[in-house]
Amino acid sequence: MIEYLSSREFLILFAKMITIFGGMMTALAYTTLLERRLMAFVQMRPGPNRVGPFGLLQPLADGLKFLFKEQVVPTSANVLLYYAAPVISLVPALLSFSVIPFGPDLRVADVSVGLLLIFAITSLGVYGIVLGGWASNSKYPMMGAMRSSAQMLSYELSLTLSVVGVLMIANTLSLSSLVQGQQGTWFGFLPKWNIFLQPIGFFVYVFSGVAETNRLPFDLAESEQELVAGWHTEYSGMKFAMFFLAEYANMVTVSALATIMFLGGWNGPAFGPWWLQMALPTFWFLLKIGVFLFFYILVRATIPRVRYDQLMYFGWKVLLPIALANILVTSFLVAIL
Amino acid sequence: MIELLFLLFAAVAVGAAINVLVQKHVLYSSLSLIVLLTAISGLFVLMQAEFLAVINVIVYAGAIMVLFVFVIMLLNLPSDEDGADRLRWLKLAGIPMGLFLLFMVVRTLWNVQSAPAAPELAGTAQAIGASLFTDYLLPFELTSLLILIALMGAVVFAKKDL
Repeated sequence: MIEYLSSREFLILFAKMITIFGGMMTALAYTTLLERRLMAFVQMRPGPNRVGPFGLLQPLADGLKFLFKEQVVPTSANVLLYYAAPVISLVPALLSFSVIPFGPDLRVADVSVGLLLIFAITSLGVYGIVLGGWASNSKYPMMGAMRSSAQMLSYELSLTLSVVGVLMIANTLSLSSLVQGQQGTWFGFLPKWNIFLQPIGFFVYVFSGVAETNRLPFDLAESEQELVAGWHTEYSGMKFAMFFLAEYANMVTVSALATIMFLGGWNGPAFGPWWLQMALPTFWFLLKIGVFLFFYILVRATIPRVRYDQLMYFGWKVLLPIALANILVTSFLVAIL
Repeated sequence: MIELLFLLFAAVAVGAAINVLVQKHVLYSSLSLIVLLTAISGLFVLMQAEFLAVINVIVYAGAIMVLFVFVIMLLNLPSDEDGADRLRWLKLAGIPMGLFLLFMVVRTLWNVQSAPAAPELAGTAQAIGASLFTDYLLPFELTSLLILIALMGAVVFAKKDL
């Protein structure tokens, strides 16, 4: 045990863990700033720009504020589950970063069933929402939790089915093999990304991904006009911040999976001296994730919320049949070609 | 390292299993069951059966138990303080059944030969998929048919007028 902990192999692994965890936590904090500034830009107002140059220290100020807020617990709440719920939703959300390959070597673990592992881990995150809503013992959180669990179960189906086409083409469940399979170009200019082979799967994935992360236009779980703030109405301070971080971590995970499966992961032009060659794959990967995050925020800023019955109708009667038909056609084509 | 992890997961699994039984509140019982399922997945990983481990979490912890918790919360069941008397005869029936189970477990463990080592890569998705569609094709298809029938039955029950 001691030998292993002091071995070179473990130290490298440890350094990677620290890099990825620290980097992602900082990135999540700045995604909140990006969201607020970009939303403000769309709505033609300045947004938070007072703390530091261009508001760049705003996430730090927010964090301090969250830490020093009074800890309020509703009197009739189930205290154990009330405290556990934010942790239950944040831990799975952060855990999925452990198998995401940020570059050819920048990943903590390369699991042979990496994609399924991420689906398994993120499927546990729903307990945080459900238990948080139930433990608050208050009507709005309860209704938010109910909506949210029904919504996440429904859209998990089309989310999982939408990637089956890609898996049939790539013939692997390992995330790094998925990326390696998309290296190179067709006809010398078109990158060999799965989005060109699986456009329908991609769209189903993006729609279900937005719904899975409880974002507008599918944020029925916390629709402010009806449910105050949904399942986290009774949460304040750091506990609220943990729910908040979990939502952003899930956004990043969904975007990272979309990048890995459909947009070629870390593949991109590599040029320049050796240090640039080392850094570029990670840069391309983060850039592609950034595009998705911009998309998420712009969708939130422009599209109104759907009604609850429309949400269920869309998930079960539109997305699910499309995903199934996509699997059928793809397996047919894979068998022929 | 493997032994330490095995002990950790085994201890969590046994502790959670006991907790499922002794908790008065049904929600705590089902939450312990989720912990138990996750710990068992950890044991599967130690046995190189990654695919099984992940599917175990996705299907049981991630889907079926969510529905359990969902229904428990929807009905808002009270904790089981006063319902204990109703189940007295069940407790009495449990003693011989438990002894019988213990006997069977001990007998099986007594007679067990050291299991042949699983072939390399037996736990991967490829190996499981290949054996499902060759050696176990008929049971696999029959199970799918059964699940399909259950699905249609659920729709028929849920719809008031077809």
